[in-house]
Amino acid sequence: MTLDSRTPSGPLAEKWDRHKFASKLVNPANRRKYTVIIVGTGLAGASAASSLGELGYNVKSFCIHDSPRRAHSIAAQGGINAAKNYQNDGDSVYRLFYDTIKGGDYRSREANVYRLAQLSVNIIDQCVAQGVPFAREYGGLLDNRSFGGAQVSRTFYARGQTGQQLLLGAYQSMMRQVERGTVAMFPNREMLDLVVAGGQARGIICRNLLTGALERHDGHAVLLCTGGYGTAYYLSTNAVNSNVTAAWRAHKRGAFFANPCYTQIHPTCIPVSGTHQSKLTLMSESLRNDGRVWVPKKQGDTRPPTQIPEDERDYYLERKYPSFGNLVPRDVASRNAKSVCDEGRGVGESGLAVYLDFSDAIKRLGREVIAARYGNLFDMYRKITDENPYELPMRIYPAIHYTMGGLWVDYNLMSNVPGLHVLGEANFSDHGANRLGASALMQGLADGYFVIPYTVANYLGGTQFPAVGIDHDAFREAESSVQARIDKLLAVKGHDTPRQLHRRLGQLLWDDVGMARDAAGLTKALAEIPRLRDEFWQNLSVPGDPNNLNKNLEYAGRVADYLEFAETLALDALHRTESCGGHFREESQTPDGEARRDDEHFSYVAAWEFKGVGVKPELHQEPLHFEYVKPTQRSYK
Amino acid sequence: MRINLNIWRQAGPDKPGSFVAYVAEHVSPDMSFLEMLDVVNEGLIAKADDPIAFDSDCREGICGTCGFLINGLAHGPMRGTTVCQLHMRSFKDGDTLVLEPWRARAFPIVKDLVVDRSAFDRIIQAGGYTSINVGGARDANAILIGQSTAEQAMDSAACIGCGACVAACKNASAALFTSAKVSHLALLPQGQVERYGRVVKMVARHDAEGFGSCSNEGECEAVCPKEISITNIARMNREYLKATLLKGR
Repeated sequence: MTLDSRTPSGPLAEKWDRHKFASKLVNPANRRKYTVIIVGTGLAGASAASSLGELGYNVKSFCIHDSPRRAHSIAAQGGINAAKNYQNDGDSVYRLFYDTIKGGDYRSREANVYRLAQLSVNIIDQCVAQGVPFAREYGGLLDNRSFGGAQVSRTFYARGQTGQQLLLGAYQSMMRQVERGTVAMFPNREMLDLVVAGGQARGIICRNLLTGALERHDGHAVLLCTGGYGTAYYLSTNAVNSNVTAAWRAHKRGAFFANPCYTQIHPTCIPVSGTHQSKLTLMSESLRNDGRVWVPKKQGDTRPPTQIPEDERDYYLERKYPSFGNLVPRDVASRNAKSVCDEGRGVGESGLAVYLDFSDAIKRLGREVIAARYGNLFDMYRKITDENPYELPMRIYPAIHYTMGGLWVDYNLMSNVPGLHVLGEANFSDHGANRLGASALMQGLADGYFVIPYTVANYLGGTQFPAVGIDHDAFREAESSVQARIDKLLAVKGHDTPRQLHRRLGQLLWDDVGMARDAAGLTKALAEIPRLRDEFWQNLSVPGDPNNLNKNLEYAGRVADYLEFAETLALDALHRTESCGGHFREESQTPDGEARRDDEHFSYVAAWEFKGVGVKPELHQEPLHFEYVKPTQRSYK
Repeated sequence: MRINLNIWRQAGPDKPGSFVAYVAEHVSPDMSFLEMLDVVNEGLIAKADDPIAFDSDCREGICGTCGFLINGLAHGPMRGTTVCQLHMRSFKDGDTLVLEPWRARAFPIVKDLVVDRSAFDRIIQAGGYTSINVGGARDANAILIGQSTAEQAMDSAACIGCGACVAACKNASAALFTSAKVSHLALLPQGQVERYGRVVKMVARHDAEGFGSCSNEGECEAVCPKEISITNIARMNREYLKATLLKGR
């Protein structure tokens, strides 16, 4: 099977306009006859629901939370990029495109990334019109800051709560459509299967998490906006309910999973404090604008940080990358933190942390300026660690944060299953092998507000839909397979909790499919994951009533899926013997330890086709072509 | 540390509930409160008992999913903190803690410490937005907004919709929640067009959902994890009054 990206022809800057013109439309009077199912209410899902509702489609929106406003986009702190060039500092659509494709280590499609950069400017306009309270300068203009790996100030922000404000903007727009009757909201629902009938995605099976009832929902197109798979690692910055289930079950129904090995490890998180820990907390990388990262020069130096004199400190990012310094992209910062800790120069009780020090910035700017910029982050740090970052440097360590891989989609954001569209973090398309800071919010909203209204119309307007109701055999079969899976979970009656098993999987992935990977470790992981999966199905315990709110049953189902997904993740990492972006293979590095790509052999998207649990999936390649940018070795020196 | 817990257990919305005693052993001061409950639940699951249901998601204080009363205080004893960001170092070895769900007519109990807060969504649905369709927005810098106005709007917009304000209020009023959204949009130029219609509709929906009236005790502000000020309620009342006076104009 050849993967057709359906990238439009023509010059880069005109592709999207040409494509919009060539796309089919749906007459306003006919739109209500089409039902669009949207799973997930984060930035991508909520923005898609509101914009499709405004256009008059019949939208059904589903989320696992008690309210759509709780989706994990809400936790994004730092900001959102847009090529507005409000600061007159040399930004442009082309520069944002270039930075994003370079930041992604040349593993994304030029046309998609260019469209993202073009749409970035509309997003800010839309959000301001919704009343998103972005930070302002004294004169009343929007303020911008420079953010992870960019040499221009193009990041818009609302304190350290940008994701919250953007999500609430999208949520409010969506609730407006609920009031108008174009969007029907189904909270407390977990999608457990995709229904494919006659080769088209025609609906979903979901479980009502409050009553345990399985429900069938039919429609003409399904939009998965269900986020990434970082929680496969157990400890991550993701919310505890974030999961891979919807994407994985769609994968089992035929959708290809692309580039799962591209995982982003965020350099500035609060380090692990003990085994009880349920999640890791991110400290926005905006902190790196004013904080300086260092470790002691000496190994095993246990003196408190304030007693280590200046000349015995190693500001290793400033030393190794003089032009970007502390602002190198996330993958570079994370890898360097790991290597200084591996050298035995890590700090804190575990030795798995580095300092992020604000004392110079406080001296230069004063405590008040720092408090105005980062007050809420400093408070959060203090609550969690009981240490005062105004007086002591923060201790930080990398943690799993974002996943660039996801379900394969074409330029229309449609997977290889006709009708199944995938938006936001759940797809693989725009960030390549590494995402730059403040680009996730941009992509989620671009997909939902500005891409999908055109591409879904193109699909609906150009497709014949045979009558498929919820009594169709495909729905019956999907529901009974979901029921069988739930029964199987309940029938094990062992003694291990889903959390114990999940934690073991997470440790295994972090050790062998984490920041640095090699063939031996990956092979070991591929041997251990099936063993752990067998243990899961022999030792799992799920007490309580399945026909009631049963969080443990929900969790068990998700862990079962991580245990299948993890194998594909490790396999993808093993097959890609080059290093690129967040995927670092020990075997492929430059003499000074930087990631070395292998464009000759790996300039392609790896899309995996499901062949059965424990069966090796089939690899399909979509070659990447670069007409406008020339892939070079990334350098931040 | 060893912590004694008295936790409200209720199997479902129509089932009777009662307090059940548990003991959390080997509690580390670095644990968050919810991580301590996770450990208690792990013990229950291992014994094939039904674990205690409580809601949480981001566990960094921003999603608003978590929340219950600890010894009568919404989100526990620490000011400006959700229960997921409360750490066990706030308690002493041997403490006895009583955990109850939010209690309000408009927040029916789902199970144990989980309540149904969908009434909040319906209040927003009534008017907590600007009626702007995607596509027609003008350039973001076309309207200047003074920094202090933007900051004030942000203070109000910081609400996470957790419901602590309702739980703390003796009237179970959602005035703080509703007024935070009314204020956020009334302060900004983008919210002006629908300013008076919005407050009337949102207040009407607030009342229809069964929330009580505000009698200015300030309990809501005291427990709000985002420290939303009751100034918002004063502003909402002013907006409401103006809207009523301007009716028909």
